[in-house]
Amino acid sequence: MSPLQIKKGSSKHSAYDLRDPNAEVIETHTLAVSVDNESGVLARVIGLFSARGYNIDSLTVAEVDHLGHRSRITVVTSGTPQVITQIKAQLERMVVVHEVHDLTVEGPSVQRELALFKVQGKGEHRIEALRLAEIFRANVVDSTLESFIFEMTGTPEKVDAFAVLMQPLGLTEVARTGVAALARGKK
Amino acid sequence: MVVQALKDQGVEVVFGYPGGAVLPIYDEVFQQNDIRHILVRHEQGAIHAAEGYARSTGKPGVVLVTSGPGATNVVTGIVDALMDSIPIVVLSGQVPTFMIGSDAFQEGDTVGITRPCTKMNWLVKETDKLAETIHQAFHVATTGRPGPVLVDIPKDVQFATGTYVEKPKAKTDHYKPRVKGDIDAITRLVEMIETAEKPVFYTGGGVINSGPAASQLLRELAEATGFPVTSTLMGLGAYPASGKSWLGMLGMHGTYEANWVMHDCDLMINIGARFDDRITGRLNAFSPNSKKAHIDIDPSSINKVITVDVPIVGDVGHVLEDLLNIWKARGRKVNREALGRWWKQIEEWKSIDCLAYKPSSGSIRPQHAIARLEALTKGMDRYITTEVGQHQMWAAQYLGFEDPNRWMTSGGLGTMGYGLPASVGVQIAHPDALVINVAGEASWLMNMQEMGTAMQYRAPVKQFILNNERLGMVRQWQELLHGERYSSSWSEALPDFVKLADAFGCKGIRCDNEADLDDAIREMLAYDGPVIFDCLVEKHENCFPMIPSGNAHNEMILGDVDTQGVIGASGAVLV
Repeated sequence: MSPLQIKKGSSKHSAYDLRDPNAEVIETHTLAVSVDNESGVLARVIGLFSARGYNIDSLTVAEVDHLGHRSRITVVTSGTPQVITQIKAQLERMVVVHEVHDLTVEGPSVQRELALFKVQGKGEHRIEALRLAEIFRANVVDSTLESFIFEMTGTPEKVDAFAVLMQPLGLTEVARTGVAALARGKK
Repeated sequence: MVVQALKDQGVEVVFGYPGGAVLPIYDEVFQQNDIRHILVRHEQGAIHAAEGYARSTGKPGVVLVTSGPGATNVVTGIVDALMDSIPIVVLSGQVPTFMIGSDAFQEGDTVGITRPCTKMNWLVKETDKLAETIHQAFHVATTGRPGPVLVDIPKDVQFATGTYVEKPKAKTDHYKPRVKGDIDAITRLVEMIETAEKPVFYTGGGVINSGPAASQLLRELAEATGFPVTSTLMGLGAYPASGKSWLGMLGMHGTYEANWVMHDCDLMINIGARFDDRITGRLNAFSPNSKKAHIDIDPSSINKVITVDVPIVGDVGHVLEDLLNIWKARGRKVNREALGRWWKQIEEWKSIDCLAYKPSSGSIRPQHAIARLEALTKGMDRYITTEVGQHQMWAAQYLGFEDPNRWMTSGGLGTMGYGLPASVGVQIAHPDALVINVAGEASWLMNMQEMGTAMQYRAPVKQFILNNERLGMVRQWQELLHGERYSSSWSEALPDFVKLADAFGCKGIRCDNEADLDDAIREMLAYDGPVIFDCLVEKHENCFPMIPSGNAHNEMILGDVDTQGVIGASGAVLV
């Protein structure tokens, strides 16, 4: 038999077109998703991300309306513009999802996360850590003679920056909540 | 309460298999006569039968299974229904609420296992919520893009008494898919229709799911505009095969003319299809010069693989109605002159006669077997199911479908073992119709136990098995793509299908040469009861035309009729 002419860019043994995933720019978006507060809802939403290969950079979820039986999921995700659009469409069609808002494109928003840092050290390091904490408006919420726990609220960038500064000063553990976000203004 | 809810939903038939955790429901089923229970031989059979029932009637299929293995055995069918957008309601038993999580006998995390493959699922822990949840389940399964749902009911919830909520009082929540399309977008599409020089309607299963009215509107639209129509595997029958605008199926094993039309068109109107990879071929070469419109009820289908110029979210029936009205109101304009040239070009492509096959010298060519089946059953009240593989593609190519809901096949998931149970489900829904399962011997063996179901309920299904003693499609790919190394693709130690028919108590027919074929098919059709027809066909026949992996629509292989059937000389030619 004559060998098949298989075009470059396609897999020899697959019907699928293997495109370069880096062909387009990767964007980061913050989505606010209003869902029914029922068991299994979070698993369903997270399952969508893992099943379709979408990224989760951070995710927070809590009940926000007890009477209305609603939870709010804030998810920070990244992907090409086409993937972001798909994520929104896939979320919107889920039976448990009431609303999806892309805070990144719907205008300015406030984004905050809370983080706890455990820093161990003595002498100068201790003093430097306290000084930096003041600059970053982090509070000391626990203290021993050899350690502090700082509590800080801020944008993810601010939390990242503080963590970098604490690293040489004895940072041993970090706990972050992930981003909670609201659109600015009356709406 | 479960049975009452099913009655309220108008359910007439339930396919299922009993077990410890659903006995209370089976007890209720026993004590009434409104709902008929069909006892299958394996839970997978139940869900495929329900799929066949649903696809052939447009009503939701209902499945009743027990916990643990009962539920896991329907998972394949649930995924199948999800991929092909078939409305299915699965009711599964579960161990009592106080035993959940204790690794109880026949316990499985059914809602966990089925979460990613259902449109929605529920574990009902309070009896008071049971009826409402079941009503909600039917609502979700049947509205918007249809799909499978599952309600998991612990045994203590089945036993307990609670407040029954009637169907109209059950809240259906915020879940209200959009059915009306955006009028501005529809108007834009009308403007494109008016000027298009090389248009095509590319239709899919969405037209059939939308109901018979949608198929009617499609026919009217195609008739009035004179645009050519092609369809996906799932959409066959929405536009009649005898219609003058019909190009045949498109895609990997679609016709030469359909794929060339898709490649060369300047306006592609996708109606209820989803740009599946079997349709598009290589994406960056997919219909490079066309404007594309996409009508789909599921917003996430739009711009998923192919970016379109005019997206219209809505139900096909509603959108086509608005489209027709606007187009008529604007004076029924189309570019007749350009269309004439377009059709002339299409006729040239058609003249290639891509489905031609070499006449046989005695043994049966599978294409010929299907063609004779078509000739001898044409015009009958006929429903066709298939398994998955070469025979499925030949059936799609050589059978003509004049109406929607007459063609039941596993498209998206490609589930071998689908056809036999599906044929039983179809026959239960249409007891007097002719129901044929076009099968391959390997697929058929996967759920052959369901012949027992067919016998028990006197469902006279005809099992038309194209027996090549090979996993034909696997073998074909190995021949074309894997250097003819036929790894595990032959059917060793096959049963004697005629004796098997004897064992089941139905009729067995074997045919191994073309001279006897017509008589044998007539014998099958004349027999009042289930038939297993063992049609011994050419062993190395390949299914053509074919768009090989990663190729574009204009790079099809047409089988070389002179060398077909010989290993190592498939004569594949690129065109």
